[in-house]
Amino acid sequence: MFRFVARRLTGMIAVLFAISVIVFLIFNVIPNSNPAIRIAGKNANPELIARVSSDLGLDQPIWVQYLTLMKKIFTGTLTSYASAQNVTDQIWRGLPATLSLTIGAAVLWMVLAVVFGYLSAIHSGKFTDRALTILSLVGISMPVFWLAAILLYFLTFKVQLFPTSSYVPLTTDPLRWASHLILPWLTLAVLYVGFYSRVLRSNMLDVMNEDYVRTARAKGLPERQVRIRHVLRNSMIPIVTLFGLDFGAVVGGGAILTETVFNINGVGLYAGRAIGSLDLPPLVGVTMFGAFFIVFFNTVVDILYAFLDPRIRLGEAAPA
Amino acid sequence: MAAPFGEVEVADEPPLPTGVPLATVQGRSPWYLAGLRLRRNKVSLGFGVLFIAIVLLCLAAPLWADHVAHTTPDANHITDTIDVGGQQVDIVSPDGTPIGPGLRGQYLLGADQNGRDVMVRLLYGGRTSLFIGVVSAAITTIVAVVVGLLCGYYRGWIDAILSRVMDVVWAFPVLLLGIALGTALAVGGLSLGFTTIAGDSVWIPILIIGLVYVPYMARPIRGEILALREKEFVEAAVAQGKGSLRIMITELLPNVVSTIIVFFTLNIANDMLLESALSFLGAGVRPPSASWGTMIADGYQTIYTAPHLTIIPGLMIVLTVLSLNVFGDGLRDALDPRAKIRLEH
Repeated sequence: MFRFVARRLTGMIAVLFAISVIVFLIFNVIPNSNPAIRIAGKNANPELIARVSSDLGLDQPIWVQYLTLMKKIFTGTLTSYASAQNVTDQIWRGLPATLSLTIGAAVLWMVLAVVFGYLSAIHSGKFTDRALTILSLVGISMPVFWLAAILLYFLTFKVQLFPTSSYVPLTTDPLRWASHLILPWLTLAVLYVGFYSRVLRSNMLDVMNEDYVRTARAKGLPERQVRIRHVLRNSMIPIVTLFGLDFGAVVGGGAILTETVFNINGVGLYAGRAIGSLDLPPLVGVTMFGAFFIVFFNTVVDILYAFLDPRIRLGEAAPA
Repeated sequence: MAAPFGEVEVADEPPLPTGVPLATVQGRSPWYLAGLRLRRNKVSLGFGVLFIAIVLLCLAAPLWADHVAHTTPDANHITDTIDVGGQQVDIVSPDGTPIGPGLRGQYLLGADQNGRDVMVRLLYGGRTSLFIGVVSAAITTIVAVVVGLLCGYYRGWIDAILSRVMDVVWAFPVLLLGIALGTALAVGGLSLGFTTIAGDSVWIPILIIGLVYVPYMARPIRGEILALREKEFVEAAVAQGKGSLRIMITELLPNVVSTIIVFFTLNIANDMLLESALSFLGAGVRPPSASWGTMIADGYQTIYTAPHLTIIPGLMIVLTVLSLNVFGDGLRDALDPRAKIRLEH
């Protein structure tokens, strides 16, 4: 067990290193222009450009630039080109809002997906199943930001059912925190409800044909118990794996659209604003943060799986 | 000169037996069976037709622009007026609210803040969105098939290297990677040595979207190839002296075609969604080119006064993506009823 954990952690560090190199390349090598020219302004003379370049360390060899960037990230001194604000501080400041949004949405999407998937599977082929299938397909076909905009327009403007958006910290007022987050939670959850309920449905239909389900029926268990304790429980395993991966992805950048439209002051909105001004350091910071979160979460899921299922830690097979 | 007697002779010949089963049995190829299953799935076929209809409609954009709307997608008409029921109405009223949808040739779906005809923009924007979706799906498919074949067939160090690279790409949130690349490339374009792509070119989102999804398709194909290469027919091909390249193309590739078709269809849907998201955030299609995503981004600024500018392009995205998703689902069921090809988000 210890060796497994150690191996996964080493793998995680290797992937993170590769990611940091890629992020560096994306932001420092791919751009076909010198950021110093943009920062120095329109009427800059060559001396000013040279000074800005050396301030930003852009005249150093490439590997020195990489090391400088890493040093800035690890010491938390990465600053934005546009506003000279500290990127790490801004990410930390956005984290509570992002976590409020993503954790709430995750609870909502898991509950709804299990209910819908379960109903769909036990009524398979009937009207309920067809209706839910169509609903979930519509759910995965909607652009998230469009759904958010439409909900905002109809439910806060046309019918003033919900307060207009923006984030209220949980510590300020729990009730307002929740009422301001209901629409964002829904928006973020829709895609995953559609996706997970379909996966759960097909898993349940597979499991229903297993021998142990027949055995459970044969020994006289009530149908409800067979469905919930045997079929549903065993169909949940792939869903839990997916959840581990998707939750990491949502915290690490998937919520950016929802945050932008609902004006939630989270990590995603911070990145969204940086795009508009082509301000690269905040994007470097957020991309590193997001990738770190995903890799970290994947590793945690892998290790948890190894605890739960000895086949994985012995066979080294990745959970499917 | 016709020979009447000859014709009589032909007619006198005994007719071929009908209703009696002939000795030959009709072959039913897997493709034929798949076609039968697909034809039975009316819902899925209906959505397939809907997708084709949307494509044709967008291809006909110049016809609509020239003969019905008499304008171009980028022409501003802020100060113009239009005849509605005998009255002259401002296309964009003095307070900046554009005219809404109505049953007429010009401005069928209303105008935007610049007095541009939304219907015309919608059709031209659809061309951009569909073009990006299809071409980037093609890029994903080609790269993923090559990577999947190489990894699955050669295994060893080729597989190790390519798989690690895919793992790293996989570790990025798709949207964030798209944004990062989109922003970085928009700053100064992309120079490939032999050619340079400008920062506002539509090829930048195409390349980004196409490459970002490669691991999601290459992994399942690699898995299938790994299993297929152990089969007897591959051994037989090796025994016949076929080279690696020929085995990959003539033996392995045909066996993953159904996976490729399904993935390609669903990829177009996902690519269009990603394009709209990137464009909405300003890291995708750049103005003045219209795409459905940029139209929503523009319209969203004034959603409370002119909601049609947000609602209409969004509905087009939903319809198109939904039709592809439902049709792709039907294709998967038809091609391999037991398959579990799934596109992850």
